[in-house]
Amino acid sequence: MALEPIKEVRGRGVHVPGDDIDTDRIIPARFMKCITFDGLGEFLFYDVRKNEDGSEKKHPLNDSRFAEATILLSGSNFGCGSSREHAPQAIYRAGFRGVIAENFAEIFFGNSTTLGMPCVSLKRADIREIAQAVEADPTLEIVIDVEKQVVRAGANEYPAELRPSARQALIEGRWDPIADLLEGRDEVAKVAERLAYV
Amino acid sequence: MGKTLFEKVWDAHTVRTLPNGQTQLFIGTHLIHEVTSPQAFGMLRDLGLKVAYPHRTFATVDHIVPTDQREEPFADALADAMIKELRRNCEEFGVTYFDLASGKQGIVHIVGPEQGITQPGTTIACGDSHTSTHGAFGAIAFGIGTSQVRDLLATQTMSLGKLKVRRINVRGQLPPGVYAKDVILHIIRTLGVNGGTGFAYEYGGDVFDRFSMEERMTVCNMSIEGGARAGYVNPDETTFEYLKGRPYCPTGAGWDKAVERWRGFASDPDAEYDDVVDIRAEDIPPTVTWGINPGQAISIEESVPSPEKVTGSERDSVEEALAYMKLTPDAPIKGTPVDVAFFGSCTNGRFSDFVEAARYLKGKRVAAGVKAIAVPGSQAVALICEQNGVADVFREAGFEWRGAGCSMCLAMNPDKLIGDQLCASSSNRNFKGRQGSPTGRTILMSPVMVAAAAVTGEISDAREVFGVRELAEV
Repeated sequence: MALEPIKEVRGRGVHVPGDDIDTDRIIPARFMKCITFDGLGEFLFYDVRKNEDGSEKKHPLNDSRFAEATILLSGSNFGCGSSREHAPQAIYRAGFRGVIAENFAEIFFGNSTTLGMPCVSLKRADIREIAQAVEADPTLEIVIDVEKQVVRAGANEYPAELRPSARQALIEGRWDPIADLLEGRDEVAKVAERLAYV
Repeated sequence: MGKTLFEKVWDAHTVRTLPNGQTQLFIGTHLIHEVTSPQAFGMLRDLGLKVAYPHRTFATVDHIVPTDQREEPFADALADAMIKELRRNCEEFGVTYFDLASGKQGIVHIVGPEQGITQPGTTIACGDSHTSTHGAFGAIAFGIGTSQVRDLLATQTMSLGKLKVRRINVRGQLPPGVYAKDVILHIIRTLGVNGGTGFAYEYGGDVFDRFSMEERMTVCNMSIEGGARAGYVNPDETTFEYLKGRPYCPTGAGWDKAVERWRGFASDPDAEYDDVVDIRAEDIPPTVTWGINPGQAISIEESVPSPEKVTGSERDSVEEALAYMKLTPDAPIKGTPVDVAFFGSCTNGRFSDFVEAARYLKGKRVAAGVKAIAVPGSQAVALICEQNGVADVFREAGFEWRGAGCSMCLAMNPDKLIGDQLCASSSNRNFKGRQGSPTGRTILMSPVMVAAAAVTGEISDAREVFGVRELAEV
């Protein structure tokens, strides 16, 4: 099952500021009452975007200037809390193809990589600089260069960090590991026999 | 050089190195529930695959199941559909399912240990971040996403990078009125909500040596709130004693052999750790959160922080948290009025939690205007609480005694906060909106502190309310 290599992600950005943005905030639990991930995009950040009567609050994702953004920028420990894949699924299904943050919670990072949505870590000051540039010009093109591990915004380039295994998986088109896992079937059977512990 | 339990279990379960450089890790036991599994079964069908090792997967319902209405169809049509979907998937793929009629249903992290499915030296995974709970038995247990649930169903393995190991020693004597919950809240407060990223936490020291299995589970449960994907305690006599005679544990000669094998997984005395942290038990106070993540915690005797006294990005976080929590900077947390008391969850919904609180609740009444609910973590916990009169103590005090499930910990069922209600909660997360209302407020604490808050109607020091003088540890 060959997947598309993801060497770079290119698009407009939107900055959702804050540290420790948890997966409950990204997708409140009540929207997980579903048996497929379809349609989760519209509930992305629902409770911080909408009032209880359904009217819109002031939020970057409600700002029409950033309506075409495909790259999400945020703070540190992004995606902490619940392991719900619904969180990266909601981000992806809302049209995003990459996330830039100071650092990521581990389960969220893994879930996102498996969807083929690169999560790269930038220095706090660099994220602030990009956020300011996006605020000044929402059409600014941002490039997450997965292969070279840099982020470009306009004329500027910033060093980006990405776990080596995730980088490799993305650029080689192995970000969803199911095919590789299935290939190990015979070796798995041997381990299963050795570990007949239940 | 000796090895840690983590390394021994990791090595024993390594299948091979994958092309992406990660390890294909065999997962001995896979636990599933109704919320994060239906999409995975859907993906499995799309790929035309079967469950590779169905006897290694166990299912139950916990996240969505109502705790008051227990007969199907449930009032919430979506919840009803999800529960039926789980039943259908388990039947079709031959997976063991502890349903509502089984007497074994409950929160997946409580059911695994009480059935003896959770065993030392094993790898466990579940589509729920609190899977780290099972580490209390000396298992390496991971919370995973739905695509990994699919990977496990299809192959019984997943792709994972090896974690570093941080040993956390807690030594000394916990002061009276200080519980396992306070220990983990204190650890998270000290090391930060992302201090554990990239690590498994190995908890040890004489406090853990004396802890019961249920206390160890409470601590391991919240490892993820400190950013650590897994947390564990080395198996010892306490572990074996807990497991002996449980339904899925070996018996007779098989039992002795198992114990011998399990013992061998414990970290060697000369094991080398990537990091070591020492904490004095005497320094741990009854701890409560004041903010919107579990690291924003203080002693019950402290005041809520003031943004004036912190700098940089932390200042923004403090301001955001105080605004959301509607708390006054520099004011004592004690005395904050409480609307709801929630007693339960995979962190603190086990028999010992109810017993300890019942000791103090006997003869007391929940304060007027406070809605107090007690939700046993499993049907087995509910039954033993009934048999011992513990459930009646809660009822007589004015708690609503409910059926087993996750309930108001994440409020996917009808148990929810309303508006900006403030909840004294024995659960694990105080995130914005976590308990079902987008403006609802959560203060995390030990179960006995929840009981104290329920009785006084405000955040209280249980040591004063109940006259807790004797040592919590026995």
